[in-house]
Amino acid sequence: MTLLEVAGVSKSFPGVRALDDVSFTLRPGEVHALVGENGAGKSTLIKVLTGVYRPDSGELRHHGRPVSFAAPMDAQRAGISTIYQEVNLIPLMSVAQNLFLGREPRNRLGLIDRGRMEREARGILADYGVTTDVRRQLGTLPLGAQQMVALARAVMIDAQVVIMDEPTSSLEPREVQTLFGVIRRLHARGIGIVYVSHRMDELYEICDSVTILRDGRLVHTGRLADLERIELVSMMLGREMSQTRRQGFTAFAGDHTTDDAAPPVLRVTGLTSRTRLHDISFDVRPGEVVGLGGLLGAGRSETIKAIGGAYPLDAGTVEVDGTHLERPSTVRAVAAGIAVQPEDRKAEGIVAGLSVRDNIALAVLPRMSRLGIVSDAKIDAVVARYMTRLRIKASGPDQLVGDLSGGNQQKVLLARLLATRPKVLLLDEPTRGIDVGAKAEVQSLIDELAGEGLGVVLVSSDAEELVEGSDRVVVLRDGAVVGHLTGDRVTTEDLMAGIAAAAPSEDHT
Amino acid sequence: MTPALLTGSPTTAPADNGGSERTDRIVGLVQRQGALAVLVTVVLVALVAFPDFRSLDNTGTILVAAAPPMLIALGMTLVIITGGIDLSVGSLYVLGGVLAAWASRYGLVAALFVPLLVCGAIGLVNGVLIAYTRMAPFIVTLAALLGARGLMRAISDEGSTTYVVENDAFGRLGTGSLLGVGYQVWLAVALVLIGMLVLARTGFGQSVYAIGGSEDASALMGVAVRRTKILVYVCSGLLAGLAGAVNAARLGSGVTVLGAGMELDAIAAVVIGGTLLTGGAGSIAGTVAGVLLLGVIQNMINQVGDLNSNWQQVISGTFLAVVVVAQTVLNRLRRIS
Repeated sequence: MTLLEVAGVSKSFPGVRALDDVSFTLRPGEVHALVGENGAGKSTLIKVLTGVYRPDSGELRHHGRPVSFAAPMDAQRAGISTIYQEVNLIPLMSVAQNLFLGREPRNRLGLIDRGRMEREARGILADYGVTTDVRRQLGTLPLGAQQMVALARAVMIDAQVVIMDEPTSSLEPREVQTLFGVIRRLHARGIGIVYVSHRMDELYEICDSVTILRDGRLVHTGRLADLERIELVSMMLGREMSQTRRQGFTAFAGDHTTDDAAPPVLRVTGLTSRTRLHDISFDVRPGEVVGLGGLLGAGRSETIKAIGGAYPLDAGTVEVDGTHLERPSTVRAVAAGIAVQPEDRKAEGIVAGLSVRDNIALAVLPRMSRLGIVSDAKIDAVVARYMTRLRIKASGPDQLVGDLSGGNQQKVLLARLLATRPKVLLLDEPTRGIDVGAKAEVQSLIDELAGEGLGVVLVSSDAEELVEGSDRVVVLRDGAVVGHLTGDRVTTEDLMAGIAAAAPSEDHT
Repeated sequence: MTPALLTGSPTTAPADNGGSERTDRIVGLVQRQGALAVLVTVVLVALVAFPDFRSLDNTGTILVAAAPPMLIALGMTLVIITGGIDLSVGSLYVLGGVLAAWASRYGLVAALFVPLLVCGAIGLVNGVLIAYTRMAPFIVTLAALLGARGLMRAISDEGSTTYVVENDAFGRLGTGSLLGVGYQVWLAVALVLIGMLVLARTGFGQSVYAIGGSEDASALMGVAVRRTKILVYVCSGLLAGLAGAVNAARLGSGVTVLGAGMELDAIAAVVIGGTLLTGGAGSIAGTVAGVLLLGVIQNMINQVGDLNSNWQQVISGTFLAVVVVAQTVLNRLRRIS
């Protein structure tokens, strides 16, 4: 008995064969991992399953019967719900309104019964570990709670299939566990779950079976427990297993040669900001990658932003190459040679509606112009250099950045930063949400850049990436430095121990 | 009656975000009731400063004058909450008045039905274009503004023909009163109450807020985005036409020169009332306060004999700027907390 099934589905877009004869089967009560690099066809397959796309050929079967969804609503009515990577609810409406939008309980007059709606919302959300006032605006809740509301909503509409597209990408570890608890309950109720994630640990913790796609083709499908991690990764990448094993999980080469006696290129002293940062100090020498470790909310992004002049500080100083930055501002920071890659690429980084060329040129326009007139030739030269250097895959400098894959968008952002010829590069989650191949490329780039003498500060939630990429790790918790890992102690175990040692309890005050 | 969209009161909230929830609540309260508080203050000042302001007659004058703008602002509130804008309502108001006066020779029903039909149809065209072609509401309704103005000029021979209301029953709609309060005030009150009920307690109302909050998310959540948008612009067109007809009934003729810029007054009243110009949040109660505030200011300036009435525009503009700045500050406060 199958819940949802696609058989021999193909889907093409101009110039791309996104899905090529792919079959996929979901059984009741199964948590099915769907993995592959970006561009492997995962998103397209999900969109076929949820009625956003109609396949060119092949069949979609629901409970064994062929179906055709004309629109996402048809799929929803058939009991197929989707939780998207970015929470897709209405931030300005209340929690209860979001939960019930379109299905509000009515009174005898056919009007919405607010009292009942709020009561029921409280009851439902309690099951998901959300105990906030349901009349609050959804947007004021932490992201994890918002995700739970989205999930509760999806399950509420008698879903038999729940598709989760990277549901944990913005969750804290504790919230991930709550999510897993919910998934297990759904599993027990016979609901089928399609789980898309880049995080290996999660896949092995929660999923029963796995389907691996690569370049729009089905590579493997079967029980996840029968598959070694290294096999999974090599099938996703299409590399030889021995090669993957030799290379480890990340593309970082190892330590960089730094001159311990060299003066630091970046010195941060006593950064303090209201309740978020407390007396944070550390140094970065030229050619060194310093990792900032810690859980979500530990103050890593705030520290990065503060150094870049984009976060209000009550106290603390930033020195670049021995020069003290008076009254930090983003303009001063850029002028001093600090380049920041923000965590949220889409909102704070790239300009999706501009071309690759214009995106790269944005930050260097002042340098590329004389008397306010921009020199096109100079810009073209810079753009061409960085597109080659960073191996940006685009049809040309004029392609819109919004049309590129996540990995290439990230490279465009890096190109923009590098074009300003920075001395210090601050990277906040440089590989989040990009596919495995691009991830490896970005990681080697970080290595190369450090090799050329740049000071790099790296923030990553991926412990392996942080540890393998950094020469030293500064461990943060609740906005304060709680440990330094150096030399042989830069390992995931020591990082976890550092974070855990600093966290005797989960309570916040 | 105000929809509890911007509130948050702590009942079962975890202790660690009690502070931010309190800020949320206060910010929400100011956003929703700010216009009302200012209105009350201004009225109190007026009561003390202007002896004539106190008279019942004057109150009646203010309310009667505020009724047509109220109807227009009611429709505009719906449009702005969806994140749109309707620039055509000023022209539709004038067109509705001229049509009503012209049609009054065919009886009461025609005098009401013709402006509603024409203005509703133009609203429908606006809505369909905005919903299906995803053209910017600003452009679509600007086109409708020009089109409706042209239509009105054509009917009135460049404004040289003034149609006089030729139906007594229709005329009484504009001049008669119940319990000392003009009919058009009762009409505005009734429609405002219906509007509040629809916005807060029907699926359509929820859809209006949802679309303004996030159109893409609304579509994914199964909200009938297109239908809701079309309905909103139809409502706006109908209300503008109705406001024009009511005004024609009061004046006894279709006046072709008044009404230019009414759309901007309506937008100002809606925004002063706390509705976000970016959509997704707002209330009709706030709009009522906004309309009355502008009306009271006008009235006060009229009472200061030697003050040019154009100062009303200056003061309204200042209010608008203050409100927009206050909204920005309040939103930032909320985000930081």
